[in-house]
Parts: sequence; structure tokens; C-alpha cells
Amino acid sequence: MWRSPEPKKSYDIIIVGGGGHGLGTAYYLAKEHGFKNIAVIEKGWLGCGNTGRNTTIIRSNYLWDESALLYDHSLKLWENLSEDLNYNVMFSQRGVLNLAHNEHDIKEIKRRMCANRLNGLDSRWIDTGEIKKLVPIMNTDNLRYPVLGASYQPRGGVARHDAVAWGFAMRADEMGVDIIQNCEVKGVRTKNGQVEGVETSQGFIESKKIGIVASGHTSILAATAGVRLPLQSRPLQALVSEPIKPVINTVVMSNAVHAYVSQSDKGELVIGAGTDGYNSFTQRGGYDVIEETIRAIVELYPIFGKMKMLRQWGGIVDICPDASPIISKCDVKGLYFNCGWGTGGFKATPGSANVFAYTIANDNPHKINAAFSLDRFETGRLVDEHGAAAVAH
Amino acid sequence: MLIINCPYCGERDQSEFSNGGQAHVVRPSDPEKLNDKEWSEYVFVRSNPKGIFFERWVHSHGCRKWFNAVRNTSTDEIIKTYKLNEKPPILAEFTNNLKTPSGEPELGSGNFTVKK
Repeated sequence: MWRSPEPKKSYDIIIVGGGGHGLGTAYYLAKEHGFKNIAVIEKGWLGCGNTGRNTTIIRSNYLWDESALLYDHSLKLWENLSEDLNYNVMFSQRGVLNLAHNEHDIKEIKRRMCANRLNGLDSRWIDTGEIKKLVPIMNTDNLRYPVLGASYQPRGGVARHDAVAWGFAMRADEMGVDIIQNCEVKGVRTKNGQVEGVETSQGFIESKKIGIVASGHTSILAATAGVRLPLQSRPLQALVSEPIKPVINTVVMSNAVHAYVSQSDKGELVIGAGTDGYNSFTQRGGYDVIEETIRAIVELYPIFGKMKMLRQWGGIVDICPDASPIISKCDVKGLYFNCGWGTGGFKATPGSANVFAYTIANDNPHKINAAFSLDRFETGRLVDEHGAAAVAH
Repeated sequence: MLIINCPYCGERDQSEFSNGGQAHVVRPSDPEKLNDKEWSEYVFVRSNPKGIFFERWVHSHGCRKWFNAVRNTSTDEIIKTYKLNEKPPILAEFTNNLKTPSGEPELGSGNFTVKK
């Protein structure tokens, strides 16, 4: 699939983190910007972090223009990704529903839907009757917070998360990118405000450009270079059920009662739970968080009431104060960050990688990610997406 | 779920509490003298250590009082809780054996509390 080379002494660019975003960044750097001497350094195996443990939902129905541009850039890349990589990432545009459960939800979701339409996205409002047709198993009226309508984005859907990491890895490897697994980056070495390289468990590796894409651990690596990022790391949980026959052929999300569910090709229900209310790196998460989600799921879908859950997992996500990512350079020359994706980074994988590659190659942000630079916390031009992020931050 | 020792009520389930983020963040005494970068540091940037963390909690569904805690974020072990008017415990009293910046074993992801 890909080589497992010994690390060289020096690279033009080092990407720290072998998840989807990191591997994608290496892929686009090699493909679109002509860099060949690149290493992706991963402390475990490829996609073993949040890339391999998320609910794989893809959509672009974010409120603000900046976000809509970024996430739809990604969605457009998703639409051709299998062909581009010549590897089936099993991207399935089965549509995404965002449910409204009260008067405020209706107003907020309709506002977002209208903003989406102005940005050329395929969002539309659907009423309870249409929801019933799309998802016959849903209990829309006999519950504490009845379902009053939903926004629907038909182009949204799911993809196979592992395949995304593998696809990017194979094609990057073919173009000469060194993918170094089981090698932990312990810190970034800097001199006179310029990066020199990374200290790893396999020794020092030199590079003038370093991109850090380490999700929950990004701020810890940043600290080794003297950079403080506005990030807090928290466990985010998800769980899957035993496999059953196809019962739900779309993705249904509800922010208000905190339940989101889709069905994998294997037949398992894929359920996203919330984040713990405190910083932690335990990759475990609290049981009360699962209980809250399951309670809502069982009320929305009474037929799931007697199902067994197969497994549960927690990943460490890095949360930004405005629930939007950071794709940016910083005060240290040659140091770049792609982080702060919080609870919803998977959908952005190709888009984020694409613009991050541009940012590293040109030492300047792409026009799509200029709004997601670190300086927005100084200028005050935040991109507040707390409403569109599915999991409350 | 964690069990938190509220300094006023004793040990209770964590779901009774809400977290208030980093403790001992001092509001700048001369805010008007701060430039945008310094002000943004104060408003948005908080420590996010993997290891010993001083943080605030409030017993929302109990006595509703705020207090501080020292917790190891890589294991979720709560080392100490103390009242707001008490001085923070001295860090040297705790053993923090984290060797890597991520605080994990050399390879993969560790979970020390479970492995113990």
C-alpha cells in the first residue's frame, strides 16, 4: 500500500500527524505544488486518531460565508475524491437532516438555511410530513420535544473514514512522500524565530517548514515552539450498534436533543455523542454523555429501544472559542497550524488539506482560509459557528 | 464518570458539577494599556496542558459554590480540590512523570488510570 521508510535527515516540509487532514496536506503539496521531499510523521499508525474514530458525516450547511466557502470547497472535493485518488472512499450522498424541535430552532435553522441558499448551497426547509417520508421510523410527535421540521442538504452524506486516510496515503506515497509511522514528534525546535526541525522518538529531523495537524495534541506541540493557541482539548464520543437491516438511509442530526445517527454500510447504527464538559486527554469520555445521547435516540426512534451497542470510543478534539478551525501560519517562521476542528473536522478533510497545502507552499493563506487565520482572535473577526456545529462546544 | 470532592458537600458525581476552565486567570489591572494581542491572550487563550491542570468547578446541582481543583488531564485523576480563597497547592508536591509532550507512552495512546 505504501512504503515504511526510515526517516531522512532533512525534508523540505514535515507534516506532523498522519490523519486524513495531514495525509491530504502531503498529497496536495505533492500534487498541486510540486514538493516531493515531504514527510508525514505519525506517532501511531495511519488514521488511528480521530480520522478512524468519527461518525463520518459530511455536509457544508454552515451559517457564515467564510465557513460555507470552506466546507463547500471540501464537499466539492469529496464529490470527485474517489476518482481523483483512484481509490473508493465510499462517499455516499445520502443527505443530511438537521431537526428543529422548538420555535427558536425553527428560526435559527431557517436563518441558516436561507444563508446557505444565498451562498449557493443546496439547503432547503422540509416539514414534518416530508421528514416522515424520508425517515419513516422517526417518532415526530409523541415525545417531549416534537419534531417540527428540518433543514435538508441532499448533497451531504457519509464516507468511509479509513479509506480516506489510506487513499491519500497511497497516492502521496507514490509521489515520493515519506510516511513515517510509529514515530512520535516530541517537540518543535526553533532558532531566532524560525523552525529548524522536529525532535522525534527516532531522533531530530530537519525542516524549514512544519505543518502541525495533530488535533487534540496540537496545542501541546505548539507550546514546545513557544506558541500559545486558543484551543482546549476534550474527549468526544461516538458509538455503534450491532448491525441490522437497512432502516435509515440518510443522516439525521438534532442539536437540541443532541442525537445524531446514520447507518453504516455494514448495518451498524453510527451514533455521535457529545463532548465532556472539561478538558481531558483520556480518549475515554464520561458515561453520562452517552446516556444523554441514547436517551434522545430512543425517544426519537423507539424501535432502537432494545438494540445493543457494539462499541464506544472517545477521541480528543481541539476546540476553538468560536467553533471554527484555525488554518494559519504564526509568529514563528515556517510553522503552520491546521487545528481547532473541534467536533466536526472529518467533513472538511479534503478541503482543509487542500488550502493548508496552499498555505504552506506559498507561506500565505489561500483566499478560502484567510478568514481562519490566528489573527482573527486579535482583530475580533471571529467566525462564530456554534449554531452549525452539531455538537455543542 | 468522575467523582469530585466538593470542599463544601463532599464527594459527588461529576454530572452535578460544571467546569469553569483554567483557574487563577487574573484580569489585567490596566486593560486600557493592553494592545490587541495581549487582550486576545487574556480573552481567548487558556492553558491546555496534558498533565497537571488547575481548574475551576461549580457545584451547579448542589451547593452552587465555585471551587478549584488540581487534575491530571492525561488520567482524569483529581489530585486535590480547594476553596477559592485558598492558595493554589504547590506544584512540586505532585509527581508528574509525563515524559513526552503529549504525556503518552512512546507509541500509541495510553490510559494510565485504566491500566493501573
